[in-house]
Amino acid sequence: MTIAPTKAPAEKGVQLVVRSWRNYVVYVGFVVVFLYFAATQGASFLNGTTLVNIVTQATPITIMAVGTVFVLSLGEIDLSIGSTVALAALTAAVALQATGAWWVAALAGLAVGAAVGLVNGLFVTLVRLPSFLVTLATMGLIGGLAQQITNLQSVPVTDAAFGWLFGGGTLLGIPILIWWSAVAAAIGWHVLRQRRFGAHVLAVGNNASAARVSGIKVTRVRIAVFMLSGTTAALAGLLYAGRLAGATYTLGTTDLMSVLAAVIVGGTALTGGKASMIGAVVGSLFMSMINYGLLLAGLTVAQQEIVRGIIILIAVSLSLRGKKGS
Amino acid sequence: MNPLSLSGISKHFGGIVAIERFDLEVEAGEVVALVGDNGAGKSTLVKIISGVHQPTDGEIRLAGERVAFRDASDARANGVEVVYQDLALVDLQPVYMNLFLGRELRRKPFGLLDRAEMARQTQHLVDDLDVRIPTAKATLSDLSGGQRQAIAIARATHWASRLVLMDEPTAALGVAETAKVEELILKLKARGAAVLVVSHNMEQVFRIADRVTVLRRGRQVGTKRVAETSHNELVSMITGLSS
Repeated sequence: MTIAPTKAPAEKGVQLVVRSWRNYVVYVGFVVVFLYFAATQGASFLNGTTLVNIVTQATPITIMAVGTVFVLSLGEIDLSIGSTVALAALTAAVALQATGAWWVAALAGLAVGAAVGLVNGLFVTLVRLPSFLVTLATMGLIGGLAQQITNLQSVPVTDAAFGWLFGGGTLLGIPILIWWSAVAAAIGWHVLRQRRFGAHVLAVGNNASAARVSGIKVTRVRIAVFMLSGTTAALAGLLYAGRLAGATYTLGTTDLMSVLAAVIVGGTALTGGKASMIGAVVGSLFMSMINYGLLLAGLTVAQQEIVRGIIILIAVSLSLRGKKGS
Repeated sequence: MNPLSLSGISKHFGGIVAIERFDLEVEAGEVVALVGDNGAGKSTLVKIISGVHQPTDGEIRLAGERVAFRDASDARANGVEVVYQDLALVDLQPVYMNLFLGRELRRKPFGLLDRAEMARQTQHLVDDLDVRIPTAKATLSDLSGGQRQAIAIARATHWASRLVLMDEPTAALGVAETAKVEELILKLKARGAAVLVVSHNMEQVFRIADRVTVLRRGRQVGTKRVAETSHNELVSMITGLSS
């Protein structure tokens, strides 16, 4: 005997089409906006420098998006990434001044990010607080620390090696920032799709109790993901410090919205269990392209923010609307 | 040596006695039903055998060997599989990932997930058990409730080396789906597994079980061969009222 499917085939076909088209919102949106800017601005948009700039400007967002894909896959959120950027950048800049060794500075910055993630993870798992509240609190705490450690002063970064590796360097004729984006995206995709860890993250985000009875170490997975998120934010901080040749407490403060928008538009569910790494990377390029195009169009900063907010609302609505019921 | 042997199992939660001196042997290739009213201690007993709770007193033997599980994964590592009422599955993942959840196959030398091999083994298993699903790569949320429970049982079949526990496996299913799941349970028995199944459904007990043991308020009222008892006798054992 057989078991009848719960839905009629025709209805299911329609649902599949609707579902899969939502998965491609970011790619369609990317092409549409690209063509729009290309058509309205011509050569001032369609040239090598502009296209390279779109990718390099996006690099810190791309890197943080990789970490955030894991956090959202888990059904959690990390609001502290923006302030972690500033704290890690300042830590690295101060360490560089003190030691003169670029690698000590880089490790110090990354360690700060991992430590922030560990604190977030411990509060979410052991104290069992919602990640929204924990990371909202640590966002404020870390932002305050970033202002405190240098007393609101910027710290210059003059080390040549640091500047090459995290800023203006080129490797095989390609800007180092593009390498960073590509490597982060490739590692993120690999871990999410080809490693046990990625499968466990998705399982915990989908059904934590099922994951637990299946022998997955749920607490360990959660803490690791928050540490990963903090570390990617710290790496983004190093990249800002390298590119701008200095660190200040305002770095990264506006990045949280861009990162979340990039990841959600890219097809990763806020509710957990479903992720797209490639979508998130394209999403971050999409956000960067919008920023650049609006700048070229001659809009004021205020106008850019308004238009950007509207575009994000539309894109996120298209990729999320009605998803819960399906 | 029987796959499962329980003797003198008791469980107290603070001053409350949940289970009082429970004894049971389950043979290989045997289905034993565990019945009783709500709050009689059936689920607590399943949780004790599957390592979720530790017994206050008494001993659990698997194939003659005394065991004390720290947690559920410890029990799983010893060949005890549980099919839960609320489906311990991840519905956004493909069928094969559910079958291998927490025990994913990896490919040497880099330890990458071996999705192709997991899908192949899953397809083989579902074909073998005659579970009708479109493909092992189908996403679980696209399947019906009966198909999902069949996957949960297939998973237990695949991994259980000794014993499968089932906590009301058909509680959420319709008539046709229940029949399919019962068919699967009988296949599990035919493969020589020891099956302990909690059920509320008397007709089901008579359809699939070899023996039935009755709990009432934590006490074991008795164990009967299904062929030697009747519906009325079981009901009076469960309720404590003579019929």
